[in-house]
Amino acid sequence: MADVKMVNLTIEGRGVSVPDGTSILEAAKLAGVLVPHYCYHPGLPVAGVCRMCLVEVEKAPKLAPSCATAVVEGQVVHVHSPKALEARKGVLEMLLINHPLDCPICDQAGECELQDYTYQEGRAEGRYRDPKRFNPVEDFGGDVMYVANRCILCTRCVRFMDDIAHDPVLAVVERGDRALIGKFEGEDLTHAWAGNVIDLCPVGALLSKDSLNKARAWELDRAASVCPNCSQGCNMIVETRDNQVMRLRPRPNADVNEFFMCDHGRLNYRWMNRADRVDTPMVRQNGVLARADWEVALRAAAALLGGKRAFVLASPNLSNEALFLLGKLVAKTGGAGAFRVNQGQEAPLPGVKDLALRADRAANVRGAELAGFTRSDAPLSGMMAGDVLIVADEELDGVDATDAARAGAVIVVGTTLPGWARHGANVVLPIANCVEEDGTFTNLRGRVQRFFQAKAAPGLARPSFFAIGDLLASVGDGAGYWTASQTFDALAAAHTEFAGMSYDTLALKGAPTAGAMTEASA
Amino acid sequence: MGFPHTPHERESLVLSKHFGEQEAIGLDGWRKRGGYVALEKALRMEPAEIVQIVKDSGLRGRGGAGFPTGLKWSFMKPGDGKQHYLACNADESEPGTFKDREIMRWTPHALVEGCAIGAYAIGATVAYVYIRGEYTEAMEKMNAACKEAYAAGILGTNAMGTGKTVHVYVHKGAGAYICGEETAMMNSLEGRRGNPRIKPPFPAVSGLFGMPTTINNVETLAAVPHILNNGADWYKTFGRADNPKSTGTKLFSVCGNIAKPGNYEVALGFPFKDFLYDLCGGPLPGRQFKAIIPGGISVPIQTREEAENSPMDYEGFVANGTMLGSGGVIIIDDAQNLVKQIARAARFFAHESCAQCTQCREGTAWTTKILERIVAGDGTHEDLDTLLEIADNMTGKTICVLSDSCATPVVSGIQKFRPDFEALIKRKKVHMVPAQVA
Repeated sequence: MADVKMVNLTIEGRGVSVPDGTSILEAAKLAGVLVPHYCYHPGLPVAGVCRMCLVEVEKAPKLAPSCATAVVEGQVVHVHSPKALEARKGVLEMLLINHPLDCPICDQAGECELQDYTYQEGRAEGRYRDPKRFNPVEDFGGDVMYVANRCILCTRCVRFMDDIAHDPVLAVVERGDRALIGKFEGEDLTHAWAGNVIDLCPVGALLSKDSLNKARAWELDRAASVCPNCSQGCNMIVETRDNQVMRLRPRPNADVNEFFMCDHGRLNYRWMNRADRVDTPMVRQNGVLARADWEVALRAAAALLGGKRAFVLASPNLSNEALFLLGKLVAKTGGAGAFRVNQGQEAPLPGVKDLALRADRAANVRGAELAGFTRSDAPLSGMMAGDVLIVADEELDGVDATDAARAGAVIVVGTTLPGWARHGANVVLPIANCVEEDGTFTNLRGRVQRFFQAKAAPGLARPSFFAIGDLLASVGDGAGYWTASQTFDALAAAHTEFAGMSYDTLALKGAPTAGAMTEASA
Repeated sequence: MGFPHTPHERESLVLSKHFGEQEAIGLDGWRKRGGYVALEKALRMEPAEIVQIVKDSGLRGRGGAGFPTGLKWSFMKPGDGKQHYLACNADESEPGTFKDREIMRWTPHALVEGCAIGAYAIGATVAYVYIRGEYTEAMEKMNAACKEAYAAGILGTNAMGTGKTVHVYVHKGAGAYICGEETAMMNSLEGRRGNPRIKPPFPAVSGLFGMPTTINNVETLAAVPHILNNGADWYKTFGRADNPKSTGTKLFSVCGNIAKPGNYEVALGFPFKDFLYDLCGGPLPGRQFKAIIPGGISVPIQTREEAENSPMDYEGFVANGTMLGSGGVIIIDDAQNLVKQIARAARFFAHESCAQCTQCREGTAWTTKILERIVAGDGTHEDLDTLLEIADNMTGKTICVLSDSCATPVVSGIQKFRPDFEALIKRKKVHMVPAQVA
């Protein structure tokens, strides 16, 4: 790092110092100036074709495409000079002459760069008086729909499929103003990561069939989160409307997923909205589960646990905080804990180092291991007769009542009541799912990353750390765990892997656990 | 012997000396005419010496840009451990230009020899000749010539017995105008879509297959053997005494409304007026020249007065409102609808735009639509301002100069022949309105 040559230049009157070889566009970002652009994307090779990012460089004969022009010592760059503005206004006018201007019915409206820059720098009125080009809408396969008329041919999608996905199925076909994005004969956008072309598309040309016509961009509330659908831990944004998750989108993180997210993760969100949630604590009375106050349910759970060993069957999708407290409960009662992980097909994204849809389809496998839980395909094998079985948000697929018969009692701490638990549970404590609470996951490389609450939990359901903290208090471990942050601080104090971490230091990008570095480099 | 016309006494026949001679096409006939003497000499010289001679001769690129050839060759750093390539641009797609076709049809060995010398001079062992798809005859002749040259040991791993390696391969293009742009041509050679690349990196740094590459026009390379045989000073004798920047002879392809169209070879600096009226026989009976495009459709249109004042060299044409370009002289006389000709040129560019850059993709098509509307009698005076503004947006803002080339005839046409446009607009078509039906 030390021998990287730094170059000093002035952009819009602001001095900035950047490493040699940086583009003017990236340097401008550092100077706090956004140069409008379409074809440029930091995660893709430079194409330099949209000509939107033209800027004026003093002493240069022509305007420079800032995405494809490297900085030079002492350069003076004007982004908003009359000459540069006039050139970009010309580009915008040309981009719009064949554009249908159908923003009112376009899904991209509100988050469309063509719309934004036209409002920002474009002409108030177009001068084009001739017929527009027309091409029909095409189904590209996978989750992708192509609206050719809105396409500005920035080729981000082509470059993503060629250079990042290594599955070259897209190309620019035809020439001149007849050109459009085409799919090779017999090919479809079925690559496991193909959905990223929807996010990469700066306009409404590539749309998600899944979220088509479902919500306007400006109606959505957004929260930073981490994808819970595999152990990779891609950073994502949860977009909700009226307390319903509408869409998941990738959130850039150079250390994990760059700018991308796989289709499995992106489209696997309906469970976050499921309507069959447990929304109130319950206690079994006279053979039936009856609704109860939290205090009543916690007292009942404490009574069941009194002097018994707790055996925790945990979900590897619980947060580090919840798993930490469950671990304390196990330790307190001299019990044991286990978890199992759903498996799926691994699907790498070849263009990005160490990024894949992982076979382990759970977010916090590493976190569960660090919390002292045993990974096992026969998770109840460690349970002893008379143990109190605590089912912590486990789906119980393939675990039936007879397997649990050795348990003295069953406490469910979960979002739903799966399978036989409806008949077998003695106490039910409802908790929030991972988009309804704050917390952290540890990904397969040992990176600890925060997720934030995106929607409200149903009914009386409480955040997992809060419910388990209360349960822990009811068996005599009285330390108060009132917030997720406080719980994490306790975790960081108790576990050396997490030493020195806090919600503030993790912030939005996360940090690796101690000892994680060697694993990542392995 | 010239072809198809008998050469005029004021022509300077160097490249076109053997046009029309069947015997010159084959290797034996070509050897009789002094063929491959220069290559044999060159292969025993240091590459740097050849580059110096070409530099001294003042030879400049004959494809259109006029970049000094020796200087271009000197950008190729010898001994950098990389594979170097020479790519000969035989795409000749500029409308109005057909000089390279004649070189390849009649003297294919001249080009093979030029390619071999050029390749050796820049440290390349491989030269590609990229011929446009429509040139089937030139293609056949070049393939046959290469075959003969390999069989005779002129090319190959022991070229002319010197132990040096020189390969010349012929590659057939598919007939896209843009593949005549050097970086698009390299993409096409690599099997990619013929889209121009962003410069930098320049081809001499990273060209064909990412390796240092020099691209030269057919006519440029065909001139090199003559320079080696006769010396740089001999080559410099062709040209205006007062302009040392343009030396040598140049083939001009003449087409359009003129008495004797065809290929003519003259020394650079030749008076264009004499060229048009003496060599080419002047206008057709009863007509007058109206507009002249001297360097292929991409260069600005000249008025007759400008043309008659021009010396035919790089500087002479620039001083008279245009450029030498590729030497494709297009003559438009007073019987033609000039706006229609310009519209047709714009349609060509709109058809051939590679669709990468926004201004070119949309601008060429938009320009065409407006011009065709004016020709059809549906134009307005605002259209002319719009055309000029579109042209301004299309100039100097894109990866390659196709966009600029489309704007050039439009801008020069409106500036120099505005009354032609206005006449069409004034004569506005009256749309028939059906009579009210009671």
